[in-house]
Amino acid sequence: MKLSRKYLLAAAAGALLASPALAAERGADGQVNILYWQAPSTQNPYLSGGTKDIESSSLVLEPLANYDPAGEMLPTLAVEIPTLDNGGVSEDLTSITWKLKQGVVWSDGTPFTAADVVFSAEYCLHPEGGCNATPKFADVTSVEAIDDHTVKITFGVAKPFPYGPFVGNDSPIIQKAQFESCIGAKAPECTTENFGPIGTGPFMVKDFKANDTIQYVMNETYREEGKPHFSSVLFKGGGDAAAAARSVLETGEFDYAWNLQVEPEILSQMESAGKGKVIAAFGPSVERLMINKTNPDPALGDERGTVKHPHPFLTDAKVVRALSLAIEREILVEAGYGAAGKVTCNVLPAPNAYASTNNDWCKTQDVEQAKALLDEAGWNDTDGDGVREKDGVKLSVIYQTSTNSVRQGTQALIKQMWAEIGVETELKNISASVFFGGDQSSPDTFQKFFADIEMYTNNFNGTDPEAYMGSWTCKQIPSPENQWVANNMPRYCNAEYDALVAKYAITAEPAERQAIAKKLNDMLMEDGAIVPLIHRGRVAAHSNALGGVDMTAWDSEIHNIENWYRVK
Amino acid sequence: MFRYTIRRLLFAIPTLLVISFIIFALLDLAPGDPTSQLPINIPAEVRQKIREALGLGEPFYVRYGLWMQQFFVNEPLNILEQWFGVTIGDSENRLRVLSWSTRSPVVDLIVERMPQTLWVVGMAYVVGIAIALPVGVISAYRQYSIFDQAGTFITMIGFSIPPFFSGVLVIVIFSVNLGWFPSIYDTTHVVTDWDSFLKQINQMILPVMVLALQITAQLTRFMRASMLDNLNQDYVRTARAKGMSEQAVVLLHVLRNSMIPVITVIALAVPSIFGGAIITEQIFKVNGIGALLIGGIEAGDLPLVQTLTFIFAVLIVLFNLVADILYGILDPRIRYD
Repeated sequence: MKLSRKYLLAAAAGALLASPALAAERGADGQVNILYWQAPSTQNPYLSGGTKDIESSSLVLEPLANYDPAGEMLPTLAVEIPTLDNGGVSEDLTSITWKLKQGVVWSDGTPFTAADVVFSAEYCLHPEGGCNATPKFADVTSVEAIDDHTVKITFGVAKPFPYGPFVGNDSPIIQKAQFESCIGAKAPECTTENFGPIGTGPFMVKDFKANDTIQYVMNETYREEGKPHFSSVLFKGGGDAAAAARSVLETGEFDYAWNLQVEPEILSQMESAGKGKVIAAFGPSVERLMINKTNPDPALGDERGTVKHPHPFLTDAKVVRALSLAIEREILVEAGYGAAGKVTCNVLPAPNAYASTNNDWCKTQDVEQAKALLDEAGWNDTDGDGVREKDGVKLSVIYQTSTNSVRQGTQALIKQMWAEIGVETELKNISASVFFGGDQSSPDTFQKFFADIEMYTNNFNGTDPEAYMGSWTCKQIPSPENQWVANNMPRYCNAEYDALVAKYAITAEPAERQAIAKKLNDMLMEDGAIVPLIHRGRVAAHSNALGGVDMTAWDSEIHNIENWYRVK
Repeated sequence: MFRYTIRRLLFAIPTLLVISFIIFALLDLAPGDPTSQLPINIPAEVRQKIREALGLGEPFYVRYGLWMQQFFVNEPLNILEQWFGVTIGDSENRLRVLSWSTRSPVVDLIVERMPQTLWVVGMAYVVGIAIALPVGVISAYRQYSIFDQAGTFITMIGFSIPPFFSGVLVIVIFSVNLGWFPSIYDTTHVVTDWDSFLKQINQMILPVMVLALQITAQLTRFMRASMLDNLNQDYVRTARAKGMSEQAVVLLHVLRNSMIPVITVIALAVPSIFGGAIITEQIFKVNGIGALLIGGIEAGDLPLVQTLTFIFAVLIVLFNLVADILYGILDPRIRYD
């Protein structure tokens, strides 16, 4: 008996090495330790929206479909991805019908049905619930169960890209039976439910310590045979990115560490200890300079930063192009990002099908051409102080960003590069919680943008950039009238751009949509509204003893944890 | 003494009310936004909805009143219910102070964090005191000896090296290079038997070492100065003239008198044990009260920060009183009534 069991284990280990998919027994690999230096606060992604919460809860809760590392959709709880071709999406683009997998059960043993999907939508759409995934449910008019395993989502308008609700781990399915009494204003009070949701995923919450540690155990009822390979997960939070990297790469205490925004030379030095690997995945995040097209001069009082007063020189696309050409992006990547960054000239660099090649002139620094452009535009250094001027206006900019050592490093480098072409730069940094916080009384928010140039990273959810590209239309300009709440930070206004965005919203053919998105991107670059700097990836590290990691930037990066295994 | 204590306790009530108002108002006026940590692509309308769901739409005095009621009425009632297992009034619908980032009761979070803070920071104090007292006594008795000079040198290092340096240094030496101790504190570890107790000691050594170095440094200097003050007093000469042994002079007379100010200092430091050690906890991921506070500040979690800060205020007021009373008990020359 003993002997045969040994053989079995050996065989299992062998099979594991050869092909992890054929691993024998569920949970045979023991515990995996994951470190997220920002600790999860809740397991209910609808009430949080923080990456740490969405990704940790992805071990438990699942959506209908996920995105793979290439940005393609893969069915999770659905049988297939509904499309126009297979009849899942209606001809008029106003509804989508999902077919659910048969035989899926919740971890408490009850069956998963269409009623749970309908309930999840009700939960998030309740006006008093404070659900932050509501943008994914934009224009949804009804979600109904056709039968136990078919759900029809109807939209109020034609949706060329109807994959908002329940695609991606930020809008998963929650169990109706568990959350029924937690809807609306009651939502935040349901601590037990929010900390321990019942899910269909590979793991279950065993113990949740908010902002500290989560212990997961495998879900015995998980639908895939022999998975997950690990029997438990220790999900620790706290500390900082450098310490997290150290615990995987140097001490080997943890198997996986997330979001390692650490100076690249420190990271590569840690990696040389040989205990683990640094990995990266690129999504749509771009570190960019927003160019203020309006005048932020404090002398203008209440009208500063509004379209009533155009910027004295940044409205000139030639000046902006010169600023862009003066920057050597390769150095910015090397100094601050390493594996986590790539040079980009597009505000929309991914998915690949959407990436334009028309702006590649910015990839190489060209100081001479930048100088020539400024000369051409009439900016000359007449008084010999190293700063160009024209009609009594100096080419001097205030350049702001959030407080963060990498950003301050980038600021300093760019200031130097601009000094070379005769542009004076005053640097400013603002605490992230103020800069990104929507506090109306603060003059330092990124929406008010009381500076000439500001730098930050933005991206979009999922793989469809329609809403993202719609950020730079005239009606999205922040102003006192809309309490500075809007997305068009550069205050860019171009009727042609607006018309193309309107056309985008009614175009369904994928190739045509991609062409429009590229054109919109190119317009922003040519008119000098945005100067993209770095295509930023997510960086993580995993120990050499952990296999099966398939990091994605389009969804929860630990989306395939059921396939992770111990390298023996 | 008793009347004095009662009077001080009564006086503490208006003090704490004023403190609570100041804390609430200051934090409320400070810039910051609970939705600032959300991904940037969440639109402003949704952020506004979230803020309203958190109760931020209400005017200041309503929120202050609500918080006062939750903190002074609802939470104590809840504690009573848990202790005695009874139900008082409408406990189902009684609103507790809820954290914005976790949407769970703040008091529960604090209770969850308390054990590791008391273990690590408390133990550091115990270790620090155990080292500091004898070192201080010997340093003073043998002033300017090699022992005193070495002690002064080490305490100066303890004073001047911040924990964010010494913490990382010990991790690099003992975790990365030697591999003796873990660099990450496991808060889920439960002590059940001898082996798990050893593991607990093992994971506590590094953070306790870093914290104890600082505490020892401060207390040693204090103990030494206080001993020196007393060693030159007339009563010491008298005791020696009476022919008492050096041991009796130092340990019975001088030490007892020197302990009076030191004990006050120790008592006043007790609130900071509960306050946790913000930096050291962060470095070793102890995730105690200090980490809770700093996380709350970063996330703009006002109810959490307000409640924690106010609890610290209560502890400080309370232990000031304790220190004063101890002073009266230890030193017969001081009488309050």
